[in-house]
Amino acid sequence: MRYSGFRVIKEALTGHKGWTAAWREPDPQPAYDIVIVGGGGHGLATAYYLASKYNQHRVAVIEKGWIGGGNVGRNTTIIRSNYLLDGNEPFYEFSLKLWEGLEQDFNYNAMVSQRGILNLIHSDAQRDAFIRRGNAMILNGADAELLSTAQIKERYPFLNTENARFPIKGGLAQHRGGTVRHDAVAWGYARGADSRGVDIIQNCEVTGFRIENGKCLGVETTKGFIGAGKVGCAVAGSSSRLMSHAGMRLPMESHVLQAFVSEGLKPVLPGVITFGAGHFYVSQSDKGGLVFGGDIDGYNTYAQRGNLPVVEDVCEGGMAIFPMLGRARLLRMWGGIMDMSMDGSPIIDRTHIDGLYFNGGWCYGGFKATPASGYAFAHLLATDTPHDTATAYRFDRFERGLMIDEKGMGNQPNLH
Amino acid sequence: MIIDHPLLGPRDSAEFTYLGDARLLDRPDPQSETAAAEFHDYGYIRDNPAGWHEELWFHEAGDRSWLVVTRNTLTHEIREVRLARDVARERRAKG
Repeated sequence: MRYSGFRVIKEALTGHKGWTAAWREPDPQPAYDIVIVGGGGHGLATAYYLASKYNQHRVAVIEKGWIGGGNVGRNTTIIRSNYLLDGNEPFYEFSLKLWEGLEQDFNYNAMVSQRGILNLIHSDAQRDAFIRRGNAMILNGADAELLSTAQIKERYPFLNTENARFPIKGGLAQHRGGTVRHDAVAWGYARGADSRGVDIIQNCEVTGFRIENGKCLGVETTKGFIGAGKVGCAVAGSSSRLMSHAGMRLPMESHVLQAFVSEGLKPVLPGVITFGAGHFYVSQSDKGGLVFGGDIDGYNTYAQRGNLPVVEDVCEGGMAIFPMLGRARLLRMWGGIMDMSMDGSPIIDRTHIDGLYFNGGWCYGGFKATPASGYAFAHLLATDTPHDTATAYRFDRFERGLMIDEKGMGNQPNLH
Repeated sequence: MIIDHPLLGPRDSAEFTYLGDARLLDRPDPQSETAAAEFHDYGYIRDNPAGWHEELWFHEAGDRSWLVVTRNTLTHEIREVRLARDVARERRAKG
């Protein structure tokens, strides 16, 4: 069923009796050409692009819980492509371009809102770094604008530009950045993939891989063995756990990132704002809640909850630039588990096992990457060659000295 | 989280900084034939288990000792805290 304004009117006039389920709930077939493990944003996007762009229709997505129940439903919904390094920027710009056409492409309202993102500058050194980053963005076809303090005061009058410790000295804006309704991304990709013949199998946990003579033949699941020509894993957060079934150890640790939402407020915040002196980023949802977050907690964990010191740190960062935040009450907070990789950048690559492919290590930047990650992973699965924008995301980059370390923190995952 | 420091008693985890897997105590032999591969694994590859995990914490805002904390990554429960010095000496004695 195609969704359209006409359809809404027709259904409104006929008692909404014509709506059907957005996707099927099939039982698994004995075998598929390609099996994707993980029904999150990246797994569903991979299945969608396999079906829509690479003409692969014997595809299944296997999800241990319900689709969109992991990090795609837990993030702070920000999209942007303001990266510095060559390995990253073309990929994230490709992703932002896919976001711009996404809703028409998969015929689903994902509420893509390019309300702009502003990274605040608090020191001369930071201004130099942001000018360099802005130039790198422009060189890669993205948009970037350096704003003066006066321009920031005019556009964002509520910001505390005179903070004695961290005065606001300007900002780097990307006007094409913004927010997206995160759950709708999972649902839109699921519906798009399902309508093109992909089987989405929920409540089916992968418990192992069947590997013979160095080739992966399929996956063992709680619903039995499912054969596959190729298996693609996209389970960021649980990557080490899943890949340990194939005897692999990965260059990553699992960490928890907390996110927060305030009670609903009238519109106060025109876009996404990030505080550059600490780590704090905030936007306002269409429902009115201020959605914000900060750093990861910083220790290995698989518990989807964090601890209070980080809550305090995040709220201090918010209060520093945004004193009016102190009058709002916190409504909810939650945690999601991140694959924190050794250089802060992801991996989309083949493994040493024939027929087994890996997508993960997204740190806490996976949401914005969803479309390009799915596209690039679909390209890899369908053609066995990396997508043009994802050639740097290889397993062997650590031993070859080709790290993509945006923050320059080295092999210390909790600092990325 | 409260870390029960062997010398100082229970301390808030916010006083500590976290380094990672306590395997980092076992530095490979740089003279070994396979040193390059071993240092790659030492520097970049982690077990990252869901469950009990021995890890290095540094008491930065306290007595600046390194600790080996055995903590459950699923529940945040802490089972054992030892001075990293003692653990390292013990491992060296075992060879």
